[in-house]
Amino acid sequence: MGRSTTSKDAEALFHSLHSAYASTPTNLKIIDLYIMFAVVTAVIQVVYMAIVGSFPFNSFLSGELSCVGTAVLAVCLRIQVNKENKEFKDLPPERAFADFVLCNLVLHLVIMNFLG
Amino acid sequence: MAALETPQSSTLRQAFGNVIKYESVIHEFDPYFNYRVTQFLTKNGIYDFWNWFDDRTWYPLGRVIGGTVYPGLTLTAGTLWRIMNSLNIPLSVETVCVFTAPIFSAFASWAAYLLTKEVKGVGAGLTAAALLAMVPSYISRSVAGSYDNEAVAIFALIFTFYLYIKALNTGSLFYATLNAISYFYMVCSWGGYTFIINLIPMHVLLCIVTGRYSSRLYIAYAPLVVLGTLLASLVPVVGFNAVMTSEHFASFLVFIIIHVVALVYYIKGILSPQMFKVAVTLVVSIGLIVCGAVLAVLIAMVASSPTKGWSGRSLSLLDPTYASKYIPIIASVSEHQPPTWPSYFMDINVLAFLVPAGIIACFLPLSDASSFAVLYIVTSVYFSGVMVRLMLVLAPAACIMSGIALSEAFGVFTRSIKFQLPGVTQNSPVNAGDTGNVMQNDVVKTEKSEDSLKERPSRKNKKKEKDNVERATVVPKTEKRLSVLPLEASVIAIFLLVLLGAFYVVHCVWAAAEAYSAPSIVLTSRSHDGLHVFDDFREAYGWLRHNTEVDDKVASWWDYGYQTTAMANRTVIVDNNTWNNTHIATVGTAMSSPEKAAWEIFNSLDVKYVLVVFGGLVGYPSDDINKFLWMVRIGGGVFPHIKEPDYLRDGQYRIDSQATPTMLNSLMYKLSYYRFVETDGKGFDRVRNTEIGKKYFKLTHFEEVFTTHHWMVRLYKLKPPKNRIRGKTKKAKSKASSKRSGTLKKNPWH
Repeated sequence: MGRSTTSKDAEALFHSLHSAYASTPTNLKIIDLYIMFAVVTAVIQVVYMAIVGSFPFNSFLSGELSCVGTAVLAVCLRIQVNKENKEFKDLPPERAFADFVLCNLVLHLVIMNFLG
Repeated sequence: MAALETPQSSTLRQAFGNVIKYESVIHEFDPYFNYRVTQFLTKNGIYDFWNWFDDRTWYPLGRVIGGTVYPGLTLTAGTLWRIMNSLNIPLSVETVCVFTAPIFSAFASWAAYLLTKEVKGVGAGLTAAALLAMVPSYISRSVAGSYDNEAVAIFALIFTFYLYIKALNTGSLFYATLNAISYFYMVCSWGGYTFIINLIPMHVLLCIVTGRYSSRLYIAYAPLVVLGTLLASLVPVVGFNAVMTSEHFASFLVFIIIHVVALVYYIKGILSPQMFKVAVTLVVSIGLIVCGAVLAVLIAMVASSPTKGWSGRSLSLLDPTYASKYIPIIASVSEHQPPTWPSYFMDINVLAFLVPAGIIACFLPLSDASSFAVLYIVTSVYFSGVMVRLMLVLAPAACIMSGIALSEAFGVFTRSIKFQLPGVTQNSPVNAGDTGNVMQNDVVKTEKSEDSLKERPSRKNKKKEKDNVERATVVPKTEKRLSVLPLEASVIAIFLLVLLGAFYVVHCVWAAAEAYSAPSIVLTSRSHDGLHVFDDFREAYGWLRHNTEVDDKVASWWDYGYQTTAMANRTVIVDNNTWNNTHIATVGTAMSSPEKAAWEIFNSLDVKYVLVVFGGLVGYPSDDINKFLWMVRIGGGVFPHIKEPDYLRDGQYRIDSQATPTMLNSLMYKLSYYRFVETDGKGFDRVRNTEIGKKYFKLTHFEEVFTTHHWMVRLYKLKPPKNRIRGKTKKAKSKASSKRSGTLKKNPWH
């Protein structure tokens, strides 16, 4: 009995999540896609490291943190560009994107240095 | 900005006081090492510096300088020197090194202004900057000549905190990036960067727990963790410790927590309430299982290391008794001892009273920035109570809090005066709101200003306040509640606060001039026939430099290692870096052993000269005999044949006639007191205040080569072993034949 109610709840939850998400604007969906891509790449790297071993460790770290880093920065961009966010209504989206690019530049400069 | 010039110029003026008094010289011990590294950097360039393997210290082990030094300070000074020289201002490296600290203390003052401005406002900022400009604790580490890591690190600390608060207040990713870069500069400069990477996650956690989560918090924190960890790993000294030691785990844990919280808020935003409840129950049941598994793995990993992943120094901060139980080296450094109560008053003076008032002012109203300030002061007070060296981290926090308190107090009093001056009453929106609220604020404000004021005016205040309120025209504006105190009380209060400030300034100037200006390599003392200058250290290093071969090795206690390599330019056995406990224990054992055993140990290390600091003639208390107990303890920690009770009489180290024979035969005793009886005929030691035990003795394996003018530094040379031994050589059967050896000359080499 319990399992069917939980599975029904899970289905209902899934549907409501899906319908709520479908209403987000396209530009945010694109950013979400980029975040997904970055996270999947990070997971692939971890799996590879688990199979092959972690030498050289600095390369592994820089690869991991570059994926996690761009994901985090893309989340920040999404927060700042989201029109429903009251705190950032004065911020022009171009400024948000410029900050995103600058931060990514610094991140990848460091990554290139640390990659070895 | 004009008002900001004054705090900075007062910092500079105070910091230069000792250059005027003594000369432009580098102080203490650690700065000499930093100076030597900077010399190397400016001469050989950055690639050689990065890959430098120093073979003139820790003989015969050497030291990898590129990988064990925090490069921030040397790179900063090197860059400054480069810029100056490229502009054709021919400053020497020593000048740049001596004056780096005051320049950065002025910058720190500016950074404190910016930080406090973000927390409370411009007035508080200016006050905090003015207080930081003069606080003795910071002055002690930023005088001209104190060329140590803290000189730039404190500036980096305050600036990083400022950028974090700015990113938190504005939600701008640009400031978050700058924050990460400033954190990188801090990691380059000082080992205390772990304070930042633990305080900021603590603050984020506090904000989340108190319900102040906002997207600005995410933007201020998450990029810092990723970028900051990467940048920290770039510095060779930190390397992979940035992801493997427990000091950084807090940041990763809070990183995960903030992502979970952000996700929860996001889903809550897009779902209806009942659906959200369903989601919560589902996630919690699955999530708990996953979390439990991950936690178990993590705990197993951490528990497998004996120190649970923390480094020795961090452990001694968390558990103050750790060092004295397990690592005598850390316990022996005087900077690592807990401070005494009077040193708080000495170092931050009046601020000690103003800090609680500042904490209260931060709560009205409480914002993210002011909660950070409160957390900063609370943690830094705890750490300063563990280690006196960390009073330096407390100083900026105390200045910020006191600046807030003072500016709030001044605001209330001047507002009271302004609104009660005759001629201003017609457009007074004063006493708006309810009388009840005014009463409330009145009580709070009078409590705050009660520190140094008399009791009587407070009761008169309350009564007068009631009358004022009823008589004044209450303008029904919904304004910010203003509280007003009576005119006389405000004037007296302002006068008293100014007097408090005056006392603070007087104390700071005195402390800077008398207590913290001493370069400790040149000592002075006043007596009835004027000022005596003791320049014995430089005399000894100069003698070493000019009268020994370049490759000669000098053995001394580790305190003097940096100075010897920098000023005398000779190879040393151990120095202030204290990275190898066994090597230091070897030297300590040699100093505690009888002459022959000590000679053997030193000979095995290729030592030619032994340097001993002795203060008995002039009363210099930090000499090697006073440090002897650490030599015994550290040596005994590694070599069990050195037992501390052998040197103690009734639990005390004594050098008079009651001293134990082991003590009287030890190398340290002999090298310190050799020929000491010739100075005054009785051998009276002015530091220990007794006559020495063994007065007339000869040295068999060492010979004295130099003693400085005031007998403060004594240099001995190892005698080479005799080429030819007269008489029969006694080997293992010395016990049986010793009775017949009355006619043979006693041979010290067997």
